[in-house]
Parts: sequence; C-alpha cells; structure tokens
Amino acid sequence: MPREFTPKVVTANALIEGDVVYQTEDDQWTRHLSEAEVITDEAHAQLRQIHAEAQTETVVGVYLADVAPGADGPTPTHFREEFRRTGPSNYPHGKQAELTDV
Amino acid sequence: MYDYTEFDAAFVAERNRQFRAQVERRLSGTLTEDEFKPLRLMNGLYLQLHAYMLRVAIPYGTLNSGQMRQLAYLAERWDKGYGHFTTRQNIQYNWPSLRDVPDMLDSLAEVNMHAIQTSGNTIRNVTADHFAGAAADELADPRPVAELIRQWSTDHPEFQFLPRKFKIGITGSPNDRAVTRAHDIGLQIVEQNGELGYRVIVGGGLGRTPMIGKVLNDFVTQDDLLPYLEAVVSVWNLLGRRDNKYKSRIKITVHEHGIDDIRARVDERFAMIRPTFTGIDTQLFDEVKAAFAAPAFKAAPTALHETAYQNDPIYRAWCDTNLAEHHAPGYAIVQISLKAHGATPGDATADQMRVMADLAEFYGHDELRISHEQNVILPHVHKSDLPAIHDILKRYGLATANIGLVSDIIACPGMDYCALATARSIPIAQQIATRFDELKLEHEIGDLKIKISGCINACGHHHVGHIGILGLDRAGVENYQITLGGDHTEAAEIGQRTGPGFSADEIIPAVERLVHAYLAHREGPQEPFLQTYRRLGMAPFKAALYDEAQAYAAE
Ligand code: HEM
Ligand code: SF4
Repeated sequence: MPREFTPKVVTANALIEGDVVYQTEDDQWTRHLSEAEVITDEAHAQLRQIHAEAQTETVVGVYLADVAPGADGPTPTHFREEFRRTGPSNYPHGKQAELTDV
Repeated sequence: MYDYTEFDAAFVAERNRQFRAQVERRLSGTLTEDEFKPLRLMNGLYLQLHAYMLRVAIPYGTLNSGQMRQLAYLAERWDKGYGHFTTRQNIQYNWPSLRDVPDMLDSLAEVNMHAIQTSGNTIRNVTADHFAGAAADELADPRPVAELIRQWSTDHPEFQFLPRKFKIGITGSPNDRAVTRAHDIGLQIVEQNGELGYRVIVGGGLGRTPMIGKVLNDFVTQDDLLPYLEAVVSVWNLLGRRDNKYKSRIKITVHEHGIDDIRARVDERFAMIRPTFTGIDTQLFDEVKAAFAAPAFKAAPTALHETAYQNDPIYRAWCDTNLAEHHAPGYAIVQISLKAHGATPGDATADQMRVMADLAEFYGHDELRISHEQNVILPHVHKSDLPAIHDILKRYGLATANIGLVSDIIACPGMDYCALATARSIPIAQQIATRFDELKLEHEIGDLKIKISGCINACGHHHVGHIGILGLDRAGVENYQITLGGDHTEAAEIGQRTGPGFSADEIIPAVERLVHAYLAHREGPQEPFLQTYRRLGMAPFKAALYDEAQAYAAE
C-alpha cells in the first residue's frame, strides 16, 4: 500500500538573508508559516515544489515539510520545523522576537 | 605577534575580490546554487537553519586587541551585535546577509584575518593550547610551528580536495589543553637529548566513530616536521575512502590499515619527498619564532592582588577558579568565562569583545586567546593588575567564577542554529548552568566537564566530556543520550554510554542525579568526578540515572 500523504507546506531559505520562508497560495514567499499554502494532494505538492525550485534567484533549499492544518493556519508536526518557524530559542532574538512584536 | 607579509595580504585581497564577484554572479543568477555552494564554503560561508553563518578563523586561537575590536565591529555592523566562539578556535557570525559577506571579509582582511579553509575538505584552522607562550608547564610555545603549518597548508595545491576535512592540533605542554588526541594529527612538543621535536599522533577524531589518536612517531625533528606532515597527509590522500563519507577520515584509514602499515607508508613517502624540502621552511621557522618572542615582563610588587585576595571573597573565588599558572614570576593567566549562568556558551556581545580588547591592550601585552572550551584568555597579566581587571569584567558580565566547573559547559550550536542538528544543545547547557547555580553546589562539586552536541558530528566534544550529552531525534521528539568518563587531556578517553536517553524535560534532573551520586560516593572533595567514575565504574551512576528515575515514577 502506498504511504498515506500527510499535509505539507513548501519551505525554503531566502537567497539573500537565509531566512526560513514558505510558499503561499498566490505564489509569494512569506516568513510566516501561518500564511503558507497547506497542500493535501500529493500531485499538487509535486507541482508546487517544482514551481518553487525554479525560483533560484529568490530561494534555496526547497523541500516539503509536514504540517497539521489548524484554524490559525498550519502548525509543524516535527520539532525541527517548529524551531525553523520560531527561530533560535536561546535568546529572544531573531524570528522569535519579531513574531512576538507582531 | 606574527605580522603578515605583503604576499599574505595580496593573497587574501585577491581571494576576497574573487568571492565578491562570485556573490554578484550568484545574485544576478549567472551562478546556480550548486555552482555557488562550494565557492561560498571555501570562504567559510554556510547556510544554516535561519540564516547564513560566517566562520572566521582565529589561527591557533591568538588575537590582538585590534583584531578583537574588528570582530566586535563585524558583529555590530553586519550581525545582531554578538559573535559565537567555537571549540575550534573560530568565531561564527550567525546572521549575515549574503550581500554583506564580501564587505565582512574585506573588513577582516584589514586586520589580517580571513575565513579561508574554515570549511571544505582541506586542512582546517590549526588549533593550539590556549595558554601557549604563557603556561608554566610549557616546554615551548606551540604557535610558531602552528603558524608554519598554517602557511604550509593554506592553499597547498595537493591538499585542497582531500577525502575529508583535516584537523591539526598542537600542544607545547605535557598537560594537553589542545585535545591533540582527538585530532587527525595531534602534535606534542617533546624533548629528546636536549633537542626539541614533535610527537606525532594520528587518527584521533570524534563524530560518528570516535577514536583516540595513536602515536605514529615519537620524535620528529624540527627540520623533518613539514616533510613528515606532508607525507602523512599525502598517504591518507591516496588511501582515504572517497567512496563513503562516513569512512573518509584518517582515523578510519588508520583503523583499517593498522598503525604499522600507515607508518611504513609514511616512512616510504617521507624518504621520497624529504629532499624536495630545501630548508627554506626551517629558515622561515626561525623568523616566525622571533615574531612570537615573549613580551617584556615587568618586575613589580603584587601586594594589591594579595590584599584583595585576603579581603574580597568574590575576588578570591574568581582567582581560585579563573587564573592559571604563568611561567613568569608575578604573572598570571586570566581566563574570562563566556559562560555566565544561563547564557549561551561561547557568545560574546560586541561590547564585551571591546572590553576584552581594552583589557588586553592596557594590561595584557595586547594579546588574547580563544580556548577550545569557548572562553577567552588574557595570557600575560601582572598580578598587580588583577583587581582592576576583575572590577571591569564584573561590570560587563564577564567575571563568572566557573572555569572548569559544572557550568563551564561546551555546547555546539545545535538545532538553534545548525542545519545538521538532530536536537538542541544550547538550552540544555543554559538550564544545567542555571540549575546548579540555584543549588549553589558548583564550587563544592569542583572539576567537572559537561560537553553537549546536537548530533553525532560531535562538534561539542561530548565524547570527551566527563559527562557527555548527545541530542538525538527519537520519533520526532528531542532525546538526550548520556556518556560518562570521557577525557580530553593527555589521558584522553572516549566516554561510555549509560543506557537509554532522556527527554528534554528529564535531562536536567538526570544530570543532577549523576552529580548527587558523585557527591555521595566520592572519597572527599579532593577526588574529582572523573576519578570517582574511574574508581567505581558505571554502576552507581547508572543506578542514580535509571533506578532512581523508576523509583520516582513508581511513587
Ligand atoms: C553550525 C555549523 C556546523 C556545522 C554544519 C558543522 C558540521 C560538522 C560536521 C559535518 C562534522 C563531522 C565531520 C566528520 O566527522 O567527518 C563536524 C564535526 C566537528 N565540528 Fe562541526 N559543525 C558546525 C559547527 C561547529 C562548531 C560551532 C564547532 C565548535 C563549537 C565545531 C567543531 C567541530 C568538532 C570539534 C567536530 C568533531 C569531529 C572531528 O573532527 O573529529 N563545529 N562538524
Ligand atoms: S554537533 Fe551536530 S548539531 Fe552540533 S554543531 Fe556539529 S553538526 Fe551541528
């Protein structure tokens, strides 16, 4: 039996700053996971990934990351993606600080 | 200090110019990421979890105040106001923008610094004893030979595409503070019949398959050293496993062929290439050595220090833990802890870097060292200046009296910064330090080295920690495995695993139980943790870790 496809987002790092970014439904790159397009169909995920990978002048290291869809947008299912979403946890700086500023 | 020549400056300038053009081509789309990546790595630029990371070499951990100030400037101008000192005597900037890196490299070049060979399959930044040139137990300053090796290895045409990275560490003292036995090549300066030479240790390393290096040659003379090293690296360059990244380090080659076979091959190769070394290298060595001549030490009374020592318990505690024995009378080596309780091990703010630079300039013959334990050292301080230094350090959060104690933890960047990590390391270090500070047990416990890595690559040296902690991913949850009995000194040993790992919530109490078991079992305060462990073995510690945990769970 093929493995069940779990919901994903397309993620990467921004070419210039290195920031963690996510692909939105309308083909933008956002720094906020909550704004990412949640993909539930495997074929669609592949297309979206190929589309993202072609944008080599904007992003690097494109891949699909697992998420759980929720009312406030997707949330990570693995701790690595949680840390990519929030930034380093040793000091309140980087993304973590910026997120609480919002 | 060693002054770089016009040739060195021109070389670095040219390299920076090339890199600037490469960045421009990447940004304009002429270079793909696949083409660009090896080029950026050749210049110490990684892409990590949240940003780029620039790794700058601090050769053999030696800096002057001007260089330290420039590191502060980079931190402020192009980063978030701090830098991270690492176990390989490098500094890492965690937040540069790709566009700014060429400017950062040019700024470094202004003070003779660079990021060349801080990455890639080449001979990396040569590390040395952080007390070099100052230690009371030193036979000879290891830095001149480290500089010689740096010059020989930088851009060495044969050694730019080795099977894997190659690390050389050097000590000039019998007490090894350079972890030479965990390096691809470890060198120890030794004396034989009144002549100084080198014991060559090969095949040490941590990472996936940790190994303690073996003695390849007990005595190599100064004249023979570079050809001998060249022979070792070229034998490995030929034999090294390029088919499997995990078997490519020289430790595996030595393990698979046996030290005797490697020795025979090295000897053969050495005989071949020895005549091609014309003696220029030894001539150069004499010049380099002169540049590392000891500063003019003064003779002055030390009463100021003694009075403060008698009257101020905080000063006394700091002296007792943070000073080390200097070879010159009236002098001390000052270790500045970058491990304030709860802080990130190895981080220093731009302000702190400037303060340390000022102290080095006014009180310390303009010299600073970075230790592999992620602390900063003022190698030459007259004792009469210690009270003033302590006062200033206090004002900048740099006077933590914990060198060698439970909160002086080495921690790799882990998943807070590193793309390869399987778990976080820094928060674990922060929590352990904070917890033992609350318990007020730190000085009672005494010498105890905790080292933490966020994955099997072992950048945090966990294998050679008295207590080693390795962060792993167990089904999507952070899990921490403990090893005991590791030792990074001349009596180097790899720690033994205790058993199943602990969750992030369980690991701090687990370390606490280990330490309490030690306090309960030691023969007295004079018996440090490692010695108690060696005397009793794993059993009482295992019981403390696992039986007690079960007992708690059963309650
Ligand atoms: C954050 C970026 C870093 C990356 C991507 C990285 C990568 C690696 C890798 C891949 C290895 C294993 C190499 C092998 O055994 O073949 C390794 C080992 C090591 N790294 Fe790092 N590292 C990083 C940071 C650091 C830092 C911050 C330090 C110092 C604190 C460090 C010091 C070491 C040491 C001492 C080893 C031990 C293994 C050995 O060579 O025997 N690394 N690192
Ligand atoms: S040990 Fe692993 S997690 Fe830590 S810095 Fe090295 S590669 Fe990264």
